[in-house]
Amino acid sequence: MTAPTPSQTVGPFFGFALPFENDADAVGEAGDAVRVEGRVLDGAGEPVPDALVEASQGEQFARCRTDGEGAFHFTLRKPAVNDGAPFFEIMVFARGLLRHLYTRMYFPDEEGANPADGVLRLVDEARRQTLIAHGNGDILQFDIRLQGEGETVFFAL
Amino acid sequence: MDYEPPYLYPDYRSTELRAPKQELVRLPDEWFHKAPGPVFGRIPVRVEDADLTRQHRGEPLGERIIIHGRVLDSDGHAVRNTLIEVWQANAAGRYVDPVDDHDAPLDPNFTGAGRAITDDGGFYRFVTVKPGAYPWRNHLNAWRPAHVHFSLFGPSLASRLVTQMYFPGDPLIPLDPILRSIPDARGRELLIARLDLDTTVPEWALGYRWDIVLRGPRATPAEA
Repeated sequence: MTAPTPSQTVGPFFGFALPFENDADAVGEAGDAVRVEGRVLDGAGEPVPDALVEASQGEQFARCRTDGEGAFHFTLRKPAVNDGAPFFEIMVFARGLLRHLYTRMYFPDEEGANPADGVLRLVDEARRQTLIAHGNGDILQFDIRLQGEGETVFFAL
Repeated sequence: MDYEPPYLYPDYRSTELRAPKQELVRLPDEWFHKAPGPVFGRIPVRVEDADLTRQHRGEPLGERIIIHGRVLDSDGHAVRNTLIEVWQANAAGRYVDPVDDHDAPLDPNFTGAGRAITDDGGFYRFVTVKPGAYPWRNHLNAWRPAHVHFSLFGPSLASRLVTQMYFPGDPLIPLDPILRSIPDARGRELLIARLDLDTTVPEWALGYRWDIVLRGPRATPAEA
């Protein structure tokens, strides 16, 4: 096996290059679209104003740079699944992250499917709720805590 | 063989409050091999997006260069038809990004962002100007070596890579905490392009060769 090229931080100055216009909205006004709003917070609970959040589900992809309050949003379609629970794939890039972070957002209205999901079951029960969004309907809240109290569960890449 | 940097590297101060403290949860290995990546048809890439010197009315100031290379996966196979995004400072060491407040001139003929899709052999080629070094506030008298940021997707979620390419012989390289965060010198070498006379166009632009390796179908997660 050839060694993979190592990662380096996205740095603070990517905003002019990476997110394109309307990049945060993958699906427009589709009926099953879900808008997710959240904040990226650091180990002191302070907003991270220079993070890039990428979300994907199947072939759909959205990305959003956080604003001065650490806030991001994206819109994707909720997937239909036969096995386990539906979720969005989430990646986080930022100044100070030498490698990106990978997590998942699960849905709060899947009380039946979530407990049976193979990946959620790998996670300590006490930390599982960091992977489940809040709210109901078409707009959900999902905060990402990089470090400290309530630290979001991240998966090894 | 894995040369990834750690999340926490105190010499790079911004890692201190942003590196997770909890152990990363390891997904079953088959996730690595099965999880498909997203598709990018929504944002069309034009051929001219790969020439950063032709995005404005005039030509940017600075040393015109060509960056050329091949994208492979860790099993040695070419990664074809994958999106590469690059961004960089101008020749004076200033980003067009509004967040950058370094006291160096902007260049009205240079934005510093480009995109390309690898060809059937996994090859890519950008034309740009060599970026300048610039100061940052990590510690007193901290300067970043000249670098170009690269973002690649590859075919799977596990192949996603954001990294930086450096230039050979740059005296700032041994001083840079971001590059030094990679513990093994062989890993740091992987981020340094080489001067390549085969890529160089005589009387026009110096060429640099830089190959990139993404995690392939048999890869497993890096150690945290």
